[in-house]
Amino acid sequence: MAEPVQASPAHEEHHHEQSFWRKFIFSTDHKVIGVQYSVTGLAFLFFGFCLMMIMRWQLAYPGEPIPLIGSLLGENRAPGGIMLPDFYNELGAMHGTIMVFLGVVPLAVGGFGNFVMPLQLGAPDMAFPRINMISYWCLFLGGVTMFASFFLPNGAAGNGWTSYSPLADIALNGQTAWLIGMIFLITSSLLGAVNFITTAVQLRAPGLTWMRLPFFCWAQIVTAFLLLLAFPPLEAAGVLQLMDRVAATSFFLPDGLVVGGEVLEVSGGGSPLLWQHLFWFLAHPEVYVLILPAMGIVAEVIANNSRKPLWGYRSMVYSLIFLGFMSFIVWAHHMFITGMGSVMSTFFQTTTMIISIPSVIILSALFISLWGGSIRYNTPMLFALGFLPMFGIGGLTGLPLGLSAADIPLHDTYYVIGHFHYVVAPGTLFALFAGVYYWFPKVTGRKMNEFLGKLHFWPSLVFMNGVFFPMMIQGLNGVSRRLADGGITYDFAGEVAGLNRMMSVSAWCLAVAQIPFIINFFMSIRNGEKAGRNPWNSTTLEWLAPSPAPHGNFDQAIEVTRGPYEYSVPGSDKDYAPQAEPAST
Amino acid sequence: MMDAMFPAAASEHAGEIDNMIDAVHYLMLVLFIVWGAFFLYTLMRFRAARNPKADYVGVKSKASTVGEVLVAIAEGVLLLGFSIPMWAERVDEIPSEADSTVVRVVAQQFAWNVWYPGADGVFGEADPYLTDEATNPIGLDRDGAGADDIWTVNQLHLPVDKAAIIHLTSKDVIHSFNLPNMRIKQDAIPGLSIPVWFVPTKTTVQIREETGNPDYVYEIACAQLCGNSHYSMRGFLTVHTEEEFQAWLDEEASYLGDSGTDDFFN
Repeated sequence: MAEPVQASPAHEEHHHEQSFWRKFIFSTDHKVIGVQYSVTGLAFLFFGFCLMMIMRWQLAYPGEPIPLIGSLLGENRAPGGIMLPDFYNELGAMHGTIMVFLGVVPLAVGGFGNFVMPLQLGAPDMAFPRINMISYWCLFLGGVTMFASFFLPNGAAGNGWTSYSPLADIALNGQTAWLIGMIFLITSSLLGAVNFITTAVQLRAPGLTWMRLPFFCWAQIVTAFLLLLAFPPLEAAGVLQLMDRVAATSFFLPDGLVVGGEVLEVSGGGSPLLWQHLFWFLAHPEVYVLILPAMGIVAEVIANNSRKPLWGYRSMVYSLIFLGFMSFIVWAHHMFITGMGSVMSTFFQTTTMIISIPSVIILSALFISLWGGSIRYNTPMLFALGFLPMFGIGGLTGLPLGLSAADIPLHDTYYVIGHFHYVVAPGTLFALFAGVYYWFPKVTGRKMNEFLGKLHFWPSLVFMNGVFFPMMIQGLNGVSRRLADGGITYDFAGEVAGLNRMMSVSAWCLAVAQIPFIINFFMSIRNGEKAGRNPWNSTTLEWLAPSPAPHGNFDQAIEVTRGPYEYSVPGSDKDYAPQAEPAST
Repeated sequence: MMDAMFPAAASEHAGEIDNMIDAVHYLMLVLFIVWGAFFLYTLMRFRAARNPKADYVGVKSKASTVGEVLVAIAEGVLLLGFSIPMWAERVDEIPSEADSTVVRVVAQQFAWNVWYPGADGVFGEADPYLTDEATNPIGLDRDGAGADDIWTVNQLHLPVDKAAIIHLTSKDVIHSFNLPNMRIKQDAIPGLSIPVWFVPTKTTVQIREETGNPDYVYEIACAQLCGNSHYSMRGFLTVHTEEEFQAWLDEEASYLGDSGTDDFFN
């Protein structure tokens, strides 16, 4: 991005030279902000993964001193290098929080959404560039708060990423910092969502009708609505829980609590279940916030590398919108065993089965899109193809959990962990890697290395399954999640505790498999193969802009004349027809 | 198919839940194999080297719509035929208390307090201010109906082949009462009393014979994160014959002193 700012016909005011701070730190350019989000997201994904790798030692070798770093963790976390259960709970809660709110969302929405969507819309920037900047810095503050909470005297929050009350109300750990951090993160997402929706409505290039919009943009729009409508209840709930902790209110505390033999001196009268409803009212749509942008990326990469239009584009878009809507009325399937009656459970399991249908339609359409293609197996495509069966496993394993009777033995077991990690790790993360490899040339002007890319993909695929598939087996055996000793206290769980070693070794190998990516990422910024405007021979508008694109994005007027995926049009000698014709050079 | 993985089943409804999980997994397996086979074939058949020119139209058949309808039908059958009626049986068809063993379980960090109504069959009053972790963890008022109540820590005893109704609550945070062998899991939530019921069908002696493990125990696990010792919140269920159960209850009752406190267990 170190190129001088170029003239842009749309944005005359950007002619003047900007200071380093305005250009790279407090930038209002959606591309710089997108890169800031992406780098922050990738860094937190790495950090969250590190937390998990420490946990996986404790699961595989409970009670044994952690090698190498054990002595660095401090006496209040791991005396003699042996992890305390409290520290295990901190790591667990923060792993979830960081991966979801500081890893995947910033990368998938803040990063790709910010960088790619305005380019795909043919827009010079987001509708509200300053709000965009504020959104990033709210995320940054939230991230700093979460990170710093590890250094509080009582450690970080350790009540699960779900932070159920009353435990989270009365916990002595860093739950207050968690809530403050969450309020920053939620504010960030809300500001971003308003911006995304406005941009998509207002700033589409001439001729870019809704049904000519790339699927990725549709995914970002639906995601933005989910964030906009689902996050405010959690923000409110977060403030209420904060008040319970610091102002002695009892929103989530009932009467007559006895903690450690003492009656808790609070006014009481609150409801612990209220927190769960407010939390899951966000957190279920949040699942789709994690998955829809991933589907969007996969759709782009598959269309491009199968060299043919997406099959069933319209039904995919309608399914996406329906999915977004339905995601607001399935939340209580996370709460089947809170004492739910027949009426409620019937409603929520029925909506849960219904929501699986649009997911099946989208996934089927992506599979079918490959048929008749001329498939190029480059790194972005490998990751996009890897997404399909992995997300398939994640979706399928949701079935027994979504049916309340089958959920009884499986609820809160490792089956659940395996299920949603298949969705989010080899699912969403693979899609995000596909996106990194795919749009890297647009960001830097250079392609990433193919050999290192493949060296990243294949071991990642193997070890992801090595980590997550055994979780299904443990779950079917009934092993509860969030056990600081991996389940060895229980006879029934002890039978499959041995799988923990295989999973932990897989997790550490998975970390090694990321080294080629890290090398590739930094090496390619300077030394990658130079990419022109359109290295993948793609059709969508972002590839009309120079690589890297200047402030203001396009150096030509854009008139969209086609749908987004006009590949291999019969009668044309070129196998792609861009949405807008490039200016003749 | 998956029976080998489940903990040994020992309640009346366990079989139907296991069958349902089996059925869902068969459906999943079929879908995965069909999708997977199509996927792998497509990847080989339409690789660029073999198919240098892509087909603009691609698939013309409506087979995928048929597939989607079949998936929807299968889900409908699972929902209407299995899950909804089975759930209704669990939460709406609670047997009468007269024909059942009625127990209260009060969860706390990090133990299961099990509370029987005693000879009079009536539970006494509880008052949080009477709570003493050592001598009275459930805050039981020994005046009135509570005089003959029995409580234990982490030891649930039930007679075989008779419905057990357990009223669950918690003193402090949310716990989850998990009996893997009985296919029972229910959150224990402070401020709420939630009934859960099942019929144990195998005594502890029988399950030991069946599994060939003389040390086999029915375990009670906590399934909801409840604090730093969540991982060790282990309780035990012992299933007796009716006579053994009565003998156990009588023995417990005999420990109740005139003063009405039963500090024996501590």
